[in-house]
Amino acid sequence: MSLSASELNVGDSRTEVVVDNLTRTQLVQYAGASGDYNPLHTDDLFTREVAGYPGVFAHGMLTMGLTGRVITDWVGDGRLQNFGVRFVNQVWPGDTLTTTAEVTEIRDTDDGPVADFSITTVNQSDKPVVTGTASALLTP
Amino acid sequence: MVAERVPVEATHIMMFARSIGDPNPIYYDADYAASTEPGRIIAPPTYIQASAQFDEDYPLRPKIGEPWFGSGATPTGTPPRTDGAKDSEDDGDKKSGGGNGGTLHAEQHFTYHRHIGPGDVLTPTVKPGETWEKQSRRGGKLLFSESVTEFHNQDGELMITSRGVGVRTEKPVEQDPS
Repeated sequence: MSLSASELNVGDSRTEVVVDNLTRTQLVQYAGASGDYNPLHTDDLFTREVAGYPGVFAHGMLTMGLTGRVITDWVGDGRLQNFGVRFVNQVWPGDTLTTTAEVTEIRDTDDGPVADFSITTVNQSDKPVVTGTASALLTP
Repeated sequence: MVAERVPVEATHIMMFARSIGDPNPIYYDADYAASTEPGRIIAPPTYIQASAQFDEDYPLRPKIGEPWFGSGATPTGTPPRTDGAKDSEDDGDKKSGGGNGGTLHAEQHFTYHRHIGPGDVLTPTVKPGETWEKQSRRGGKLLFSESVTEFHNQDGELMITSRGVGVRTEKPVEQDPS
C-alpha cells in the first residue's frame, strides 16, 4: 500500500531496530549476495594482521540496506525516488542498530506529492553509523 | 571497471533481500508481488550494488587461479611489494592490501527513475566523478573519489542513477572509545 500525503505530516517519525546483535555470518551472507568479498568484512586474520583493524566489520552497504527497510516499509513498495547516505562510523559484529526516519518536508511536484525524510541509524551506544536522506512519491 | 550488462534475476533478489534482513514478500513472492502497486517482484533499494557480480574485473572477488589478498596459509596471499611501489600505485582500485588504510565507502546515493525487477537487463554507464582531499584526525589524509553510474534497461529507459564516494585513508581509521 502506498502512503497518502493526507496521512503524513512534517515531523512524523518512525524508529525501528534493524538488526539485533549483528553476526559475522550475516556479513558472509551479504558478501555472497552483493559480490563484495573484501576480506575486511569476513576474514578476521587479514583484517587484524594486514589491514590493522580490531577485526572484521560490516560492509557500509549492508548498513544502508538494513536502514532502507524503515523507509520502504513506511512509504510502500516502488515509491522511493531517492535514497542516499554517508557512512560515518564503522559497524561491528555484535552491534545492534536502530534507524530513525523523520519527515522533513512534503512538497508538490509534477508527479504528485513527495515526502522528504532524514534518516539516521545509530548503534547501541547511540553513535550514528549512517546518516542520510530519502524522498518518496505519495498519493494525493 | 563496470559490468557490460547486468541481468536482474529473481533468485539473486531473494538472496540479497535475505542478506539485508528484509522479509518483505515483494522481494521473493511473485504471486504476492502481482497484487501490489508495482505488480511484480522488485529489487530492494540497494540491490543495484550487487551488479558487481557481473563485473568481470571486480577486484573484490577472488579470481580462479590468481592469488587473493585475503588470508590462507598466511594472513594475506598478496604480500606488500618489495620493489618500492605501493599496491595502490598500480591498482588504483579498492584493494586493501598491506601498507595503508585501504579504501572505504564514504557515501552512496541512489536515484530511482523506475523500479527494477527480474527480467530486466541493465547496461551501466560510468560518468566521470570528482576527487578531493581532506585531513582527518582519525584516518590521516583522506582522498575522496566519486563515481556516477547510470543504469538503463533493455528498452533504453534510465532506471537508476548511482553515485558512490570512496575514501582512501592514509592509515586504518582510529576507533573512538564508545
